[in-house]
Amino acid sequence: MVREEKMTHREDARARHEDAAHRARAHHEQTRHEDAQAHHHHTHAPASRHAHGHHLLQVEDLTVAFRMYDADEPYLTARQREARPIERLSISVHAGEIVAVVGASGSGKSLLADAVMGLFEPNATVMGRIWFDGEPMDAAALARVRGRGIALVPQSVASLDPLMKVGAFVRGAACGCGRARREDAARRTRRQRELFARYGLAPEVEDLYPHELSGGMARRVLLCCALMDAPRVIVADEPTPGLDLELAVRAMDDFRAFADAGGGVMLITHDIELALRVADRVAVFRDGTVVEETAVTNFAAPELLEHPFSRALWHALPEHGFAAGAGAGSAYASAGAPSRGGEAL
Amino acid sequence: MTLVARDITFGYAGRPALYAGFSLEVAPGERVALSAPSGFGKTTLCRILAGYERPQGGAVTVDGAPLPRRGACPVQLIGQHPESVLDPRMRMEASLAEAGAVPDELLDALGIRDAWLRRFPHELSGGELQRFCIARALAASPRYLVADEISTMLDAVTQAQLWRFIIAAADERGMGIVLVSHSPALTARIATRTVDLAAARAEHAAAGER
Repeated sequence: MVREEKMTHREDARARHEDAAHRARAHHEQTRHEDAQAHHHHTHAPASRHAHGHHLLQVEDLTVAFRMYDADEPYLTARQREARPIERLSISVHAGEIVAVVGASGSGKSLLADAVMGLFEPNATVMGRIWFDGEPMDAAALARVRGRGIALVPQSVASLDPLMKVGAFVRGAACGCGRARREDAARRTRRQRELFARYGLAPEVEDLYPHELSGGMARRVLLCCALMDAPRVIVADEPTPGLDLELAVRAMDDFRAFADAGGGVMLITHDIELALRVADRVAVFRDGTVVEETAVTNFAAPELLEHPFSRALWHALPEHGFAAGAGAGSAYASAGAPSRGGEAL
Repeated sequence: MTLVARDITFGYAGRPALYAGFSLEVAPGERVALSAPSGFGKTTLCRILAGYERPQGGAVTVDGAPLPRRGACPVQLIGQHPESVLDPRMRMEASLAEAGAVPDELLDALGIRDAWLRRFPHELSGGELQRFCIARALAASPRYLVADEISTMLDAVTQAQLWRFIIAAADERGMGIVLVSHSPALTARIATRTVDLAAARAEHAAAGER
């Protein structure tokens, strides 16, 4: 229930929305959640069945709209208009499952991550329904589970504080006071060292500043931050750029291990090869919505994919022809086409 | 016409040297991939080749002349994080103008929309920013392009489009490319030669012992 409180302060609207929340929840509990049966706009891969009514993370009809001034009008008289980068998007993550969200850059994938985390821009209106662990969520509830229930692995290494040593950054602030606080601080230090050891970060890395890290090390530090408070769901926004193949596969294996232990992962990426290696289902994202949610096995051949954009993605992979899509790049295809590979271009 | 890095020695203060006596030659029209594990110094080597860092030993030359200290460098670097190489307080058109006049055909070919020119970097996605970085680098008419993981933030279709465009532009101008990519499939597609930094270091160490 993300019918944004921040935006609609009126009490009557609030009451109506709570009533709607109650009804929507009752409806959700009554829906049959069986294998391969389409419900809530998705079907299940064989390995991702779940108990009655219990999705770990469920997003329905999510719309993110921004109020902005019309850029084409004169500066002083421009009217406000609404842009909707995400429109009626539905996606679900079950316990023990990795769902990869793949799609064009600039199509709003990071906005999806922000919406699920309850991070809204001041000029945004967010509508739709989100359940976490069977509970309908509103903006305040999403803010409460942020970092504990749902953790984000952000896209940009700029998310690290440039003036803070990364060890202290990952540990974060200890809770409580007096002795409890010291114990919590010690526990957090242990947890941070354990995570650093698991992700191949040397002990001396905790005394480095972000600008001293390589791209791959920074990504691993971000992953450690997300895992610090043992979340149920990880939303990973492009976690692998900058990692070499071996480390990227290891990062993927870590997500797999996290999912196998009962967590859920929403893996936002454009690296399809890597996503296919670990994910259970793939949601193909385009122009602000999910055009196809399909099992990973369907990516074996383009005929198994339903949407033309899914097929275009398949054909554009370096190992499948590197096709630049209809129209785009065709003028350069003759000059730039590498002849290796042998497939039709 | 060749880009030559001879006997490059470089290390960060307080850390062991990343490379000692490393040499690399890139001919015009060649596309050389650098491969090494994460943290080995691929990005640093790219920065040295493009004149962002001065090596502690050895030199980088184009046509036998060292990289110029002023003016556009004949070796242009396109980096891994486009958001960190654009001034957050400059509109995109001002950032582009840093490279001089950018032909409209270049912008069209890279799919840069006119509306984006009036925006600030935070109002564009990583993939959109990367197109500007590519346009800016190509507008400086470089002899060599250093592409450090430039397509990691792009979806497969855009990656194919941009790389096809860069390769076509390189063929047309006789430009050489040094690239870093974590994807073996992409490297196999693009590179005409691969240089393994780890092997180069081991070789140098072995030669030193002899």
